[in-house]
Amino acid sequence: MTTKLPQSQLPEEEILRVAEQEQEEKSQYQRHIYVCMGAACLAAGSATVKDSLSEVVDQNGFAGRCAVHGGGCRGLCAEGPTVTIEPDDVLYGKITPQDAPDIIKNLGKKRPLERLHRPTDRPFFLRQQRIVLELAGKVNSERIEDYIASGGYKSLLKAVHEMSPVEVINEITRSGLRGRGGAGYSTGLKWRTVAKADGHPKYVICNGDEGDPGAFMDRSVMDDYPFRLLEGITIAAYAVGAEQGYVYIRAEYPLSVRRVQNAIRQAQRLNLLGNQIAGTAFNFDVQVRVGAGAFVCGEETALIASIEGKRGQPRPRPPYPATAGLWGKPTLINNVETFANIPAIIRNGADWFASIGTEKSKGTKVFALTGNINHSGLIEVPMGITLREIIYDIGGGIPNGKRFKAAQTGGPSGGCIPEEHLDISMDYESLAGIGSIMGSGGLIVMDEDSCMVNVAKYFMEFCMTESCGKCIPCRVGTAQIYRILDNTTRGTATLSDLEQLEMLCDMVRHTSLCGLGQAAPNPVLSTLRFFRDEYLMHIVEKRCPAGVCHLHPEPALYNDTKESVR
Amino acid sequence: MSGVVTLKINGIDVGAQENETILDVARENDIFIPTLCYLEGLSRIGACRLCLVEVKGISKLLPACATTVAEGMEVFTDTDRLRKYRRLIVEMLFTEGNHVCSVCVANGHCELQTLAQQHEIDYVSLPYLYPQRTVDASHERFVFDHNRCVLCTRCVRVCDEVEGAHTWDIRGRGIESGVITDLNQPWGTSVTCTSCGKCVQACPTGALFMKGKSVGEMVHSPSFLTFLAQMREAKK
Amino acid sequence: MTKKRLATVWLDGCSGCHMSFLDIDERLLLLADKLDLVYSPLVDQKTFPDKVDITLVEGAVSSEEDLHKIQHIRAHTRILVAFGDCAVTGNVPSLRNSVGAESVLRRAYMEPDLINPQFPTDVIPALLPVVRPVHAVVKVDVHIPGCPPSADTIFSVVSDLLSGKSPEVMTSTHFGA
Repeated sequence: MTTKLPQSQLPEEEILRVAEQEQEEKSQYQRHIYVCMGAACLAAGSATVKDSLSEVVDQNGFAGRCAVHGGGCRGLCAEGPTVTIEPDDVLYGKITPQDAPDIIKNLGKKRPLERLHRPTDRPFFLRQQRIVLELAGKVNSERIEDYIASGGYKSLLKAVHEMSPVEVINEITRSGLRGRGGAGYSTGLKWRTVAKADGHPKYVICNGDEGDPGAFMDRSVMDDYPFRLLEGITIAAYAVGAEQGYVYIRAEYPLSVRRVQNAIRQAQRLNLLGNQIAGTAFNFDVQVRVGAGAFVCGEETALIASIEGKRGQPRPRPPYPATAGLWGKPTLINNVETFANIPAIIRNGADWFASIGTEKSKGTKVFALTGNINHSGLIEVPMGITLREIIYDIGGGIPNGKRFKAAQTGGPSGGCIPEEHLDISMDYESLAGIGSIMGSGGLIVMDEDSCMVNVAKYFMEFCMTESCGKCIPCRVGTAQIYRILDNTTRGTATLSDLEQLEMLCDMVRHTSLCGLGQAAPNPVLSTLRFFRDEYLMHIVEKRCPAGVCHLHPEPALYNDTKESVR
Repeated sequence: MSGVVTLKINGIDVGAQENETILDVARENDIFIPTLCYLEGLSRIGACRLCLVEVKGISKLLPACATTVAEGMEVFTDTDRLRKYRRLIVEMLFTEGNHVCSVCVANGHCELQTLAQQHEIDYVSLPYLYPQRTVDASHERFVFDHNRCVLCTRCVRVCDEVEGAHTWDIRGRGIESGVITDLNQPWGTSVTCTSCGKCVQACPTGALFMKGKSVGEMVHSPSFLTFLAQMREAKK
Repeated sequence: MTKKRLATVWLDGCSGCHMSFLDIDERLLLLADKLDLVYSPLVDQKTFPDKVDITLVEGAVSSEEDLHKIQHIRAHTRILVAFGDCAVTGNVPSLRNSVGAESVLRRAYMEPDLINPQFPTDVIPALLPVVRPVHAVVKVDVHIPGCPPSADTIFSVVSDLLSGKSPEVMTSTHFGA
């Protein structure tokens, strides 16, 4: 596969030329202004901010000296729209179009504009370590040239020119990278299984069906680093011997769909996708598949069914997709963040990656930090950091002087972490040890005003409405569990309901067909484990200690809200 | 000819071909494993979870209908834990629909009713959900009473896999999902239905029945499928 | 040996279970040696007595009267038996649950071509919004499914209860039997 073809196709030199040209063009400008084009900042109006900055630059004769670009996310989503100015590394937040003249006038001055300045020498930035979100905010997500100029695609070229597929797999295995979708299966092992599986053709699928409430890590990667994602997918395809790839993105992420499609077109133009990639005999192409927004399609067998044009429902495993996946062929399916880690591992080596994190959980993890926290946003931290560091150092603690109550990881499949476990190391094993999971990276912080029964009810309602309905335990069990939780928050549940709740959770967990059902009871089991007293207060004393639920205790018979009819 | 393996089911040594499922082997040896979505001759979807069994050394419960045997496997089909789960699953089916055995066309010939008896369900401990469901009597010869549907999808599969019409499919999600005709229209207006009646014969409950049948009169005979499956095998 | 005190009650049902009870035929005499029938639609006793050993409850809980009755009965009964499918599952009376009580009343009292259509006011007890099986309202000790349970089933269960044994129910009956 590594045999070099005659230099008729765009070869490595051509890529280097693109990079040089881009750098040269960039160096003509003294200042580069990157306006965040991530979903949160766009929603806050960053597109008009970018327009007005461009306008002011043109009007004031800065046109040749200052360039305005659409950039990526710095993670401070609560401060959007944000603007990054290079090479000064000045970050401004909460910009309005009216701020544009002041910002341009201030360029080149020693001190940044005080009223808009968001210093980056703060723990929020200093405690993070960025691999997946590398060059945050400082690379144009819609220009492959910009990505190449900042070092992109070096890893793919290295892989296809200098390494055999087996060497690539060995490197990924040695790095200790584990699946970032939640379960934490060894990425190298998965790649090796697909590479060794009989069957042709083979497929690579990128799972971008991020659906946990409060999670937007994958969305940010697809929005801001679509080229890095594609590079990772292409390296994976080279390693396992796949010729066709799919990026499965939910329809609720139109920006991601657009950016990834744009990235595919640009990569094809530079022959970084398509036939004889970078002048080698390696052929690989990628298509985007848009999902209809069913949470269950994040489950790999349901996702595959959806790509095949069928109803998105899981099927029993084994056989695993690695041996019989898309169209029954060997299929590698990894999460967005997993693929986004690949270029850095190939570039810097397995040892470098393995030096980050804990013994069993290597590298970094991106979290979407939301809820009752001062600095909500997107963060990337080394594995093994404590929850306390994330919440109090990076997140800046709980607003309004409230007390921390719990943090939910893993969304509706995860569990809560109470105050006594604040010093837990954030890695796969430690989180599993207290009944939660790493999950895909949602991290919801709750303060003393949150009712844990209500939280469990919220997640159960989510699972109930997102259950595909195929297997009975998940279809009916989640509805029965939800009913008991709903009665608990209304004050009509009894102690025998609590017993039934635990019985149902046990059954749904052990008998459901797929991960959605098997993990659906986790939020209930976890809140029961750490906050059982709150359940008892609702049931026995008929009161909600957090003051969230409105309890109207009535005889069980009158649950139905309706009056008797005469 | 595939290889032969030996395994233990409930402590009894049994022999099997290596591509057989645990359910196949159990049935050959008269070992009872309850099923609902499984029907010989149709694809095995492992959806009802009633055939879950314990396998020594594997922490997860495995669907017997969709798990192939392996050399030295030790299978347990009737443990306390499995009995507890199966009972709950059958109970949940009763709560999910509106099943009134006494006035059902399939009374006495219903797999759900039989499952309840097999699991000694003398009452349903979970509360009934009483959903609002419809009855589609628009077809000339058949009726679909959604109140009695357990969503086993045997009708969907027999129509797709055996008749080749794919008149049936599933709409909605979770507890709200249901069987639909074509693009969710009355059965009588379906343009794909061939009126072959295979779905009616494949139905385990009184959800699908022939017009004119009264209480207890609807006897399904899904055995035609076994025959078709055998004929197909012979043809191969 | 002192005789056990047996009661039978009829909530929302068709009386078929009571008929099946009478179908025990001559074996009623065997039972009569061991029990006193202290309250039943079959005997002329107006109020439910205290300290009943066994009560067979036919019918689902459908009206406010059913509800008050069953709560009173539970308080004065040692072994409460849900007797037949209506008591055990809600059965036919519960068919109205998916459409609601009001539409049932409307159909019966307003839709027919009556001279003076009106909802009943005082004589008929108010309908509960949802018909429930007995165990959803009070604790039930023994369930006998069946519509109706056969005379043999009833005889064997009652005999077992009289002799203090835990009855074998499910070997001879099932929902809809």
